[in-house]
Amino acid sequence: MKKTIETDLLVVGGGAAGLCAAAEAAGAGAKVTVIESDLHPGGQLVKQTHKFFGSKDEYAGTRGYKIADILLDEIKSLGDRVDIRTNTTVTGYYPEEGIFTAMKGEDEYYRIKAKKTVVATGAQERLIPFPNNDLPGVYGAGAVQTLMNVYGVVPGKKVLMVGAGNIGLIVSYQLRQAGVEIAAVVEAMPKIGGYWVHAAKIRRLGIPILLRHTIVEAVGGKVIEGAVIQELDDKFQLIGEPKKIDCDVICMAVGLTPTTELFWQAGAKMQYCPQLCGHVPFRDNTMRTSNPDIWVAGDASGIEEASAAMVEGRIAGFSAAKALGCKVNEISFKEYWTRLDHLRAGEVGEKIRGGICQVLVDGWEA
Amino acid sequence: MGCTCNSNDKEKLFCSGVLVDNRPGAILPPQEAWEKKKGGYVVIECPQRIPCNPCATSCPTGAVKPFADINDVPSIDYEKCTGCGLCVAKCPGLACFVVDLTYGADEAVIKLPYELEPKPAKGQKVKCLNRTGEEVSEGEIYTVTEPLKDQTTVVSVVIPKKLVGEIRAIKVVC
Amino acid sequence: MELIQKHPILEFHHGKEVTFTFDGKDMKGFEGEPIAMALHANDVRIYRVTPEMKRPRGFFCAIGKCSSCFMVVDGVPNVRTCVTPLEAGMKVETQHGKGQVPLEAK
Repeated sequence: MKKTIETDLLVVGGGAAGLCAAAEAAGAGAKVTVIESDLHPGGQLVKQTHKFFGSKDEYAGTRGYKIADILLDEIKSLGDRVDIRTNTTVTGYYPEEGIFTAMKGEDEYYRIKAKKTVVATGAQERLIPFPNNDLPGVYGAGAVQTLMNVYGVVPGKKVLMVGAGNIGLIVSYQLRQAGVEIAAVVEAMPKIGGYWVHAAKIRRLGIPILLRHTIVEAVGGKVIEGAVIQELDDKFQLIGEPKKIDCDVICMAVGLTPTTELFWQAGAKMQYCPQLCGHVPFRDNTMRTSNPDIWVAGDASGIEEASAAMVEGRIAGFSAAKALGCKVNEISFKEYWTRLDHLRAGEVGEKIRGGICQVLVDGWEA
Repeated sequence: MGCTCNSNDKEKLFCSGVLVDNRPGAILPPQEAWEKKKGGYVVIECPQRIPCNPCATSCPTGAVKPFADINDVPSIDYEKCTGCGLCVAKCPGLACFVVDLTYGADEAVIKLPYELEPKPAKGQKVKCLNRTGEEVSEGEIYTVTEPLKDQTTVVSVVIPKKLVGEIRAIKVVC
Repeated sequence: MELIQKHPILEFHHGKEVTFTFDGKDMKGFEGEPIAMALHANDVRIYRVTPEMKRPRGFFCAIGKCSSCFMVVDGVPNVRTCVTPLEAGMKVETQHGKGQVPLEAK
């Protein structure tokens, strides 16, 4: 069954960035179609039980899953300008015809003709190499969150968390809230990568954070039954004795990588940028890529935070709506950039700033 | 100074999320005033500059001073602090506490954030944990409130006064 | 089923409980939730076996991007069980190797 969807603005991905882009563009009068591969919109927001940081504009002090509701309420208030299609995955972009293809379930296929598109496809969990890292029980941290926070399923009895960035620290706390024991958090670097306060709140619950430690192998026949960890020196060489850890889940929080296949297919100019955690498209300050009909927002533009994803979504939605001929208020554009700059201004934003300047262009010719 | 621990070990602890000394964003109230203050003073442990300011925006008296820059660490005007504990419930990092030294000769009350199950009840005895999760004493629940009705419970616990610098969590055993 | 009974922050609203089969065994799950969630709640962790080295694979990313969770559902292989909603009476099977795509439509 093949159907064609025609729309002003296609938003690929209904997460934090995508929903903000949709809300912004629809607010300016555009007809928007959001394609979301999960069974509900909200992306990573719906799994976040913790209160967000940032400022009031980014809903600081509000739990992540409530922010998803706030965005969906905003979209609902715009009447039927936004069509959110869940359980539908965009499967490709065909530059010769300028169309996207999408699939719902196993047998419904669509061609999508959009005047403009915001690609907000987010990111995916990375994995580090160690023997048996493919066994069932090695789960991405986001996946563990889906199990316990969205569907109320116990992920396991005892977890080894690999990685002490924000995700590793936050998910460890959430596991504890779900009643699951954490054997330890291992982090190869000499200090945690995430916010100090996230670490403090799990340390005081007795969860060990082992710095300069890594996982050397996962143990198990058909499923994970344990792990072996070991200390590293300052050259990341193994030292000391390997330690056996009992666990039935090894949670990987070792970083994310932007999901960018559609940009490659569209022939957008790309760059490998370590600070942004992978290949990302070049963009101008309207978040437009080298393809004049495609914008980028959120983690797909570079791994950052939910608050930045939301503001980038607003900027992309605003700019795509403007390109469609909708009436926009330029003051909003300036406001969004001010907010984004503030979020990135501190020490923790240094890495991001270093990355963005490698892929931000002053403008595109034509 | 009489300090026997290796300063390297201290920094290692701090790098894994354990406060080892006072520093901007993580200081104690002025001792003399603190000993007389009924209702207690806020104690915030947020030594890292991150983009976050709900402690300041939620403080009804301005005791947590308004941030010039969203990345600032919190700083306190103790004259204005009433020990209300709203920041305890609001802080996304669960980094705010209120400590009242006037409860008794040897006892103090600490208000701390709690987001686990089971929830404690008034009068219940709980285990008190230090910053690395070790049980350092028993405590008794004085009050249990949910000021913002957002599932962050603020628990007031009666603890030994000599451990106010150490106790930062509780373990509820049924 | 291994479900979280009481959570300090969240309340879970599951839909209708339905029966499906996994490798011929009757199991219960919630209609409309991803198949992988129902399997996990029933302590099923191995979803497929790889073609060459016969390694067991299961859940990994939960967002339909990694291919680890492919199973044969109602005769169709390579179904992303982490994002495919469960329906009453679904026939879910461990996928061995690449699976065989049915030649006739359902």
